[in-house]
Amino acid sequence: MSMRQRRTPFSNLFCPTLIFGLCLSAASAFADGPQAVPSILAPASTPAYEIFGLSLFVLLITGTIFVTVGGLLAYALIKFRARGDDDMRQEPAQVYGSVQVELAWTVIPVLIVVVLFLTTARIIFAVQDAPKPKSALDVTVIGHQFWWEFRYPTLGIVTANELHIPVSSKWHPAPTYLKLLSADVDHSFWVPQLGGKTDLIPNHPNEMWLDPQSPGLYLGQCAQFCGVEHAKMLIRVYVDTPEQFEAWARNQQKPGVQDEAVAAGRQIFDTEACMNCHTVSGTVARGTFGPDLTHLMSRATIASGAVENTPDNLRAWIKDPDQFKPGALMPAMQLSDQQIDQLVAYLTTLH
Amino acid sequence: MADQTLPIPGTLEEAHRPARMLEWLHSWVVTVDHKKLGILYIVYSIFFLLVAGAEAMAIRIQLAIPHNHFVSPELYNELFTMHGTTMVFLVGMPILFGFANYLVPLMIGARDMAFPRLNAFSFWLTAFGGLMLYFSFIGGFGSYGMGNAPDVGWFAYAPLTAKAFSPGHSTDYWALSLIVSGFGTLGTAINIIATALCMRCKGMTLMRMPLFVWLLTVVSAMTLVTITPLTAAQVMLLIDRYLGGHFFDAQAGGSPIVWLHFFWIFGHPEVYVLVLPAFAIANEIIPVFSRKAIFGYPAMVAASVGIGFVSLTVWAHHMFTVGMTAVSNSFFVLSTMLVGIPTGIKIFNWLATLWGGKIRFATPMLFAVGFLFQFLIAGLTGIMLSVAPWDWQLHNSYFVIAHFHYVLVGAIVFCIFAAIYFWYPKATGRMMSETLGKWHFWIFLIGFHITFDTMHFLGILGMPRSIFTYEPDRGWNTLNMIISLGGFVQAIGVLIFAWNLIYSYFKGKEAGNDPWDAWTLEWSTPSPPPAYNFAVDPVVRSRRPLWDIKHPQDPDWKYER
Repeated sequence: MSMRQRRTPFSNLFCPTLIFGLCLSAASAFADGPQAVPSILAPASTPAYEIFGLSLFVLLITGTIFVTVGGLLAYALIKFRARGDDDMRQEPAQVYGSVQVELAWTVIPVLIVVVLFLTTARIIFAVQDAPKPKSALDVTVIGHQFWWEFRYPTLGIVTANELHIPVSSKWHPAPTYLKLLSADVDHSFWVPQLGGKTDLIPNHPNEMWLDPQSPGLYLGQCAQFCGVEHAKMLIRVYVDTPEQFEAWARNQQKPGVQDEAVAAGRQIFDTEACMNCHTVSGTVARGTFGPDLTHLMSRATIASGAVENTPDNLRAWIKDPDQFKPGALMPAMQLSDQQIDQLVAYLTTLH
Repeated sequence: MADQTLPIPGTLEEAHRPARMLEWLHSWVVTVDHKKLGILYIVYSIFFLLVAGAEAMAIRIQLAIPHNHFVSPELYNELFTMHGTTMVFLVGMPILFGFANYLVPLMIGARDMAFPRLNAFSFWLTAFGGLMLYFSFIGGFGSYGMGNAPDVGWFAYAPLTAKAFSPGHSTDYWALSLIVSGFGTLGTAINIIATALCMRCKGMTLMRMPLFVWLLTVVSAMTLVTITPLTAAQVMLLIDRYLGGHFFDAQAGGSPIVWLHFFWIFGHPEVYVLVLPAFAIANEIIPVFSRKAIFGYPAMVAASVGIGFVSLTVWAHHMFTVGMTAVSNSFFVLSTMLVGIPTGIKIFNWLATLWGGKIRFATPMLFAVGFLFQFLIAGLTGIMLSVAPWDWQLHNSYFVIAHFHYVLVGAIVFCIFAAIYFWYPKATGRMMSETLGKWHFWIFLIGFHITFDTMHFLGILGMPRSIFTYEPDRGWNTLNMIISLGGFVQAIGVLIFAWNLIYSYFKGKEAGNDPWDAWTLEWSTPSPPPAYNFAVDPVVRSRRPLWDIKHPQDPDWKYER
């Protein structure tokens, strides 16, 4: 466990409440890194840790209330049930109320609320108003129907759907600060292992931060209904070691590969409608409506995580985007098979 | 037809037959009787309950396995939008107003509502609002050129509802039908308040009013406050769509956040508008079947009024992820947690009412007991969601879906079932079958817990709401399958209930005036009550007038505070 983890004010409560967490986690373990199930019980970044600790504390309190009140209810129902040999004409003693008793059970909830509120407020401020270190990386996230655009203003990188960020540690804190914008409707950025969600709302910039502690691939998806293909607006966050991240960034900063062997495909890209929506830096294609394709082949998936990025899937996608994602805003361009082959040949050179 | 004496076609007898049928229908259409209107409301809601239930089943079939193609994404979005809109506006509100209509005048010893014609007008507005919403399935024109229902979610977040993102008329149907049924709701709310304030019989002071009437009065007052911003927001939306307005258009200086505030200042109190009548039902049923007076009547009244006020200050807990400041977030955490205090008082008072009683587990009481446990859990998951940082994780996940279905089904629908079993004998003169009722209860209870308990885990494992399908490698497959199966178990329970309703109407045991040995005024009338309810205006001296009659040596008015 790193120091960042240990700083959470509730770490001393972990042991007694661990059992609650275990009961809850149907399929997830407390993995120390990324896992296939995007569970909020497997936090891997400080905001997620803070929330997890707080949630165990709240669970302990609400669990106690449930056992107490639920137990009393069950006891009353069993103890005071009408029995077969009761004389039902004989009514039980009528009690209309008791000021002392009622006062007591008003004061107890008030005290519980005070405790819950203070602990909650503390975590709200700890996460929301955390000071931003100088070493932080800035990324602008722009939500589109139905894909993610990622811009790294300090590195001059534009990419889509797969976010690369560096791993962070106590000795080399490298948190990533996301500035959240929207190009059309409301979306919400949610990668459960890395932190809570924050909405992307037009003309209302939001901010959130992540500092993942172990490298790997973290999964999430859009969490605010945004239209037909809301379900296929998936998020992949690659947490890279510093070396991996630097190598990735260096590659992304290069202009698009210019391979003369696939000139015919590039010609189609630059003369058909492709270039209106997509950018390949270093060429005339400068559209911004769709994802930047300069380094398309550096991504594992297309269509915002809907399918794997293979030449076959690319071909199928260009021929009929509705096949994977009915309602996606990319039109079927009615290209001939030969044109599609040439286009895919070009796209697969864009490493 | 052995007694047919004139076998000539076209005789009086024959000609009368369709006319009598028409007359009967006509009497329901033109009625201003609060009891008939109450029944109309309830039948209307039960019909839409079955419709929206069928929509839920389609949703659950689609989600039973990953990457399913049972419905298209477009249809799925229509289904969950219509399921939510229907359940809130065409089932929840009308059925509770139906009970209010039927019971409030009877309980306070009045001969009708304060404004009988407004009452009829309000019902028909609500009814036509609902029909207009469903007409969109055939009359709407959507982006695919065919019939198209609203598909923007029941919350309809701007700017997805703007012309640019929702072409066609489906969103217009949604906005217009909610405006129309909203006016109906306002009319009924005014009517209930006026009735409770002005029509009480001699001796019934406000502090002797049955809790049911108190709570419905609070609910009606809340409705007046909360339906107004919703209607205003719908009008603004239509101005944006057709008159070049920019209320919610970020590109022209408007703000989608404005919609969120307008919608949730309606939307959260709406939850209490729905749940307080459920409390009201529990307040009547639990004492009768525990054979005890309700514990702490003044505290129950105060808690209900308190919930009414506090619930108007909590709306932005639906907006913790919208990007408010830490101070605003903390404020809404506190206001939301405060609701837990009056709610807790209510649960304790119900517990104290049971304590020392002689509890009879007839079907209405079974449903009320189910309500107590499920509402306790719903309240506690509500506390979890009020913890803003945890809400950043849980918001818009299946945990939230589980939480509000625990409130809407586990608490409200259970109380509605309890109320139907409890007052059906009054309205029809016949008891519902206890055997079928118990089958209904246990099957529905088991289905409910299979479905909605499991949903909590799905949210914790990161599954967001409103998605038409999900990836097979996320570990959500088994849980989704279990949830879908539970949905079908519930459906079986509801079908047993529907059968019980029909069967008991014809074959049920004769009920008599007071089958449950209860204490409020409606049980002093014949079943079903005659037109204008009371031949002689009743006079009461306590909260339980029938107790006083049944126990002349030991009447309530000697002890009540």
